[in-house]
Amino acid sequence: MNKIETHNVNLHYGDFHALKGISMSIVENSVTALIGPSGCGKSTYLRLFNRMNDLISSVKIEGDILVEGKDIYERGVDVDELRKKVGMVFQKPNPFPKTIFENIAYGLRVNGIKDKAFIEERVERSLQQSALWGEVKDKLKKSAFELSGGQQQRLCIARALAIEPTVLLMDEPASALDPISTTKIEELIYELKNQYTIIIVTHNMQQAGRVSDRTAFFYMGELIEIDETKVIFTNPKNVRTQNYITGRFG
Amino acid sequence: MKQPDHLKVRKKKQRNQRLAFVSFGIISFSMVAILVVILSFILYHGFHVISWDFITKMPEDGMTKGGIYPAIIGTLYLVAGSMLFAFPIGVMSGIYINEYAKDGMLKRFIKMMTNNLAGVPSIVFGLFGMSLFVNKLKFGDSILAGSLTLGLLALPVVIRTTEEALKAIDNSFRIGSLALGATKWQTTRRVVMPMAFPNVITGLILSIGRVSGETAPILFTVAAYFLPKLPHSIFDKVMALPYHLYVIATSGTNIEASRGMAYGTALVLIMLVLIANLLANALRRYFSKKVKMN
Repeated sequence: MNKIETHNVNLHYGDFHALKGISMSIVENSVTALIGPSGCGKSTYLRLFNRMNDLISSVKIEGDILVEGKDIYERGVDVDELRKKVGMVFQKPNPFPKTIFENIAYGLRVNGIKDKAFIEERVERSLQQSALWGEVKDKLKKSAFELSGGQQQRLCIARALAIEPTVLLMDEPASALDPISTTKIEELIYELKNQYTIIIVTHNMQQAGRVSDRTAFFYMGELIEIDETKVIFTNPKNVRTQNYITGRFG
Repeated sequence: MKQPDHLKVRKKKQRNQRLAFVSFGIISFSMVAILVVILSFILYHGFHVISWDFITKMPEDGMTKGGIYPAIIGTLYLVAGSMLFAFPIGVMSGIYINEYAKDGMLKRFIKMMTNNLAGVPSIVFGLFGMSLFVNKLKFGDSILAGSLTLGLLALPVVIRTTEEALKAIDNSFRIGSLALGATKWQTTRRVVMPMAFPNVITGLILSIGRVSGETAPILFTVAAYFLPKLPHSIFDKVMALPYHLYVIATSGTNIEASRGMAYGTALVLIMLVLIANLLANALRRYFSKKVKMN
């Protein structure tokens, strides 16, 4: 089943045509990797789904973007509600300057949850889901800034999971991390895909190959090709895809 | 091409480096030295004047004897009153400008006006305060009119420091919060403001220093020449330290006889500002501890 669909999406930043007629579908409970050289529009495309592009004032978006069959750019759509459903993890770990506990509780609190026991239970569960519980369970009251970069990123994943999204957007979630932390994040993505629809932007071809079920190749604002990851990496139909994944440009 | 003489080049580089270091050092130290000279001059002349009676008694004998108690209290009221007005309004304006206002004509206009407001001479604020608060709104010469006038003077400082403090907060914190379904207001109140607040306090410190020493804005709005009693309400006049200092140093009944009193008053005013700064600094530390940076 398709969790997300876009039909002929065009996006302009002022005069710059950043996305050119993108139509594609994202399958539910799978991992879709978006790859392509810097500036190809893959991160912009990712940010469509939680309407993060709205924060840029010069942006203009056309076309249909459907999450669970509903156009999320229709008038009257509650953006805060959408962002509860579509969580996001960023390139640079960005925990809040609060305790580890409060970092996770934050998303619950801003969404009106006050029940202490419920929050505690959800914090623990989210940390367990992001494989961080064992490392932090004795220091929940400590600042999140005391954690290593990799731990901070898993904290940010836990923070996103705490409000129970069904879609998880990941914008190069491991590019600022060391190889061991990267492996942990990748294992985590593998675990999470049973319950979540994950879209990951990555510059790392091996990573796309390891974690994703389907891969989409973007180039100069266009979607060149999308297929099973296996097919993209072994038998791409388009010569530009082939050149990119074999490292001949990009 | 002739090769440069490496030894010569190196020597020249080192000489320039030393020259820059030494001259900048001298300039900074001479600034500090001037401050130290002024402070020690006032300390030298004022220290022996200060006594318990001096800070707790009413002025006597045409302000040549007695104390400056009502002026201290007056200044405290005025500082507190002006901050009560300027701090919340200034912080809210700063938040509006940095977090809400879209880049464009309106924002540029507000910022330009704030900067202009900061450059307006304080006597203009005094006259404006007199015509608006004292006459038009009929507050009369009062703590209320004086505080509001001083508050207006402090407003641009608070707005600007708030704006700068907010600007220094990395956008990734805002985006992280918004991505969790928080509204802009929740993001500002729960994430951005707690981080910025220690630096916002800097605005408070700067304005307290500025406001407590101003004479022109209170001249026509609140300050009493001689009033040996404490105010009963915000509609009363008060004496204030800077104006009192001006009076006994230039137009008192006996300027020579009140010379010592003048130094004492100056010293008390400086001490008051110092204490206010220390308190605000403690507040600043308290708020930075509440943000769990590490």
